[in-house]
Amino acid sequence: MKPNEFTYFPLGDSSFLIKVGNEISVECHKLIRALVLAINQEKIKGVLELIPAYNELMLIYNPLVINYTKLVEKLKEIEKNLNPDNLPPAKLIHIPVCYESEFAPDLEIVAEKNNLTKNEVIKLHSSIDYLVYMLGFTPGFCYLGGMDARIATPRKESPRKMVEAGSVGIAGNQTGIYPIDSPGGWQIIGKTPIKLFDSEREQPFLVEAGNYIKFDSITKKEFHQISDLIKSGIFAIQKESKLG
Amino acid sequence: MLYKRRVNLAEIHIHKAGILTTVQDLGRFGFQQYGMPVSGAMDMYSLKLANSLVGNHLNEACLEITAIGPTIEFDSDTFIAICGADMQAQINGNDCEMYKTIEVKRGDVLSFKGLKNGFRTYIAFAGGIDVPVVMGSKSTYLRGKMGGFEGRALKNGDQLQLGKNSNKLEIKQISKEHIPEYKKSFIARIIPGPESNYFTVQALADFLKSEFVLSNHCDRMGYRLTGKTIMHKTTSEIISSGIAFGTIQIPPNGEPIIMMADRQTTGGYPRIATIISIDLPYLAQLQAGDMIRFREIRLEDAHELMREEQILWKSDTRI
Repeated sequence: MKPNEFTYFPLGDSSFLIKVGNEISVECHKLIRALVLAINQEKIKGVLELIPAYNELMLIYNPLVINYTKLVEKLKEIEKNLNPDNLPPAKLIHIPVCYESEFAPDLEIVAEKNNLTKNEVIKLHSSIDYLVYMLGFTPGFCYLGGMDARIATPRKESPRKMVEAGSVGIAGNQTGIYPIDSPGGWQIIGKTPIKLFDSEREQPFLVEAGNYIKFDSITKKEFHQISDLIKSGIFAIQKESKLG
Repeated sequence: MLYKRRVNLAEIHIHKAGILTTVQDLGRFGFQQYGMPVSGAMDMYSLKLANSLVGNHLNEACLEITAIGPTIEFDSDTFIAICGADMQAQINGNDCEMYKTIEVKRGDVLSFKGLKNGFRTYIAFAGGIDVPVVMGSKSTYLRGKMGGFEGRALKNGDQLQLGKNSNKLEIKQISKEHIPEYKKSFIARIIPGPESNYFTVQALADFLKSEFVLSNHCDRMGYRLTGKTIMHKTTSEIISSGIAFGTIQIPPNGEPIIMMADRQTTGGYPRIATIISIDLPYLAQLQAGDMIRFREIRLEDAHELMREEQILWKSDTRI
């Protein structure tokens, strides 16, 4: 394995960035994930938060607890011993999605633009394990990789004023889930009853960077059954291990 | 019965809310990896000063007032402190000192005559504000409609519970040298990068030489500046990555955006520099039309300034 050559840039006086590569790729993602695991394992005093992105990891620290130069030296040590090919299995999280028309106002547009039937769109959308590269934009929003180019569709020309939390959409080559009610221009093709973000829940977020997501097609009836189970606090989301 | 009255939680009645009055502490940390904004006080220095004057933990929630002060009635005796922008606070119509522990009595009414300097004022209440702790913080995150008081800015007629406090408190005052002076123009010290190389030498020089004006698009999330446009060499986009409080991004139109308390956790524009921590409270006191300049400082020097500041908190020598 060739040695890693990360670059370190200060971002103000209390955080810095570790750049592992120059592109959005599974390779960069694996390096970031390996780095996050290694840093967390070291439990370095003064390291406060890590924000993983596609090709950079942001590290927030308290400079009054740990000196910048010393911290970077420590990370360079970690970097030397980093092995992105030996990661623990990733978690695959099943997200039930109802693609029926009530929840999928733009499914027809996506099908038409790509010369597919609605069922073909659903099949293509729900047959992939999407990699969660990072979270950002709004609380719980996952940047997913791996969507089939055959269902790529441009954003809506005029965004909706309100898209409900749980809506699943497509924008260009990306697919994603709206974690909170917000305005948005994505083509909405379905909805999940699952709350990706709930500030009142013991675990406010269900997904983290490095997980995979798979959309499981459910009927409207199942959608409401799951909603009821969630309300009574007895719904358990399906998770499994996925080998790299 | 006396005892019972003492443990009863005090309440405040918001007769007039002002234009943007929110509950804030030092912020919601630990969830940025999930895209959760930190929120918290825009001016953490004033919030901490106010808390220190009423015997609170420095991270206790205060009211953050923007531009126009509220009118607040107290339903029991307590202590408060007012720090930050001078909005000419009054109690029952009499001028009320800032940067000092103030004893208020049941029925007293706190109001503000108008903004004299700065932009944001902090009121600390002995015992703090009794709102639920959501994900480790009492801060209001407006866009997420969560935290603080019902996840929103205060409205006329709201009633807020205060935390438990003792009936006795030593009256303290912040010494003059530690009271910040707010001007209409501010020089913010910056650590350059990481995307300095996205800009021409001329653009970087312009960035450090020019005076920028805070536009009307300034809020808790970020400040948009106008003035000299800072042009990129070739591309005006980066692969989305982390941003900090005070990070200055340059979007395609070349007008800098400073990221503030309610910022997103990641951004996609080149980051030309980040303002140092101890200058952020001054930034929070600027408003649309005010001027800002940037001056480079070495990372080691920024850390030294933080250290000096920290010593003052530890020894409480501001009082």
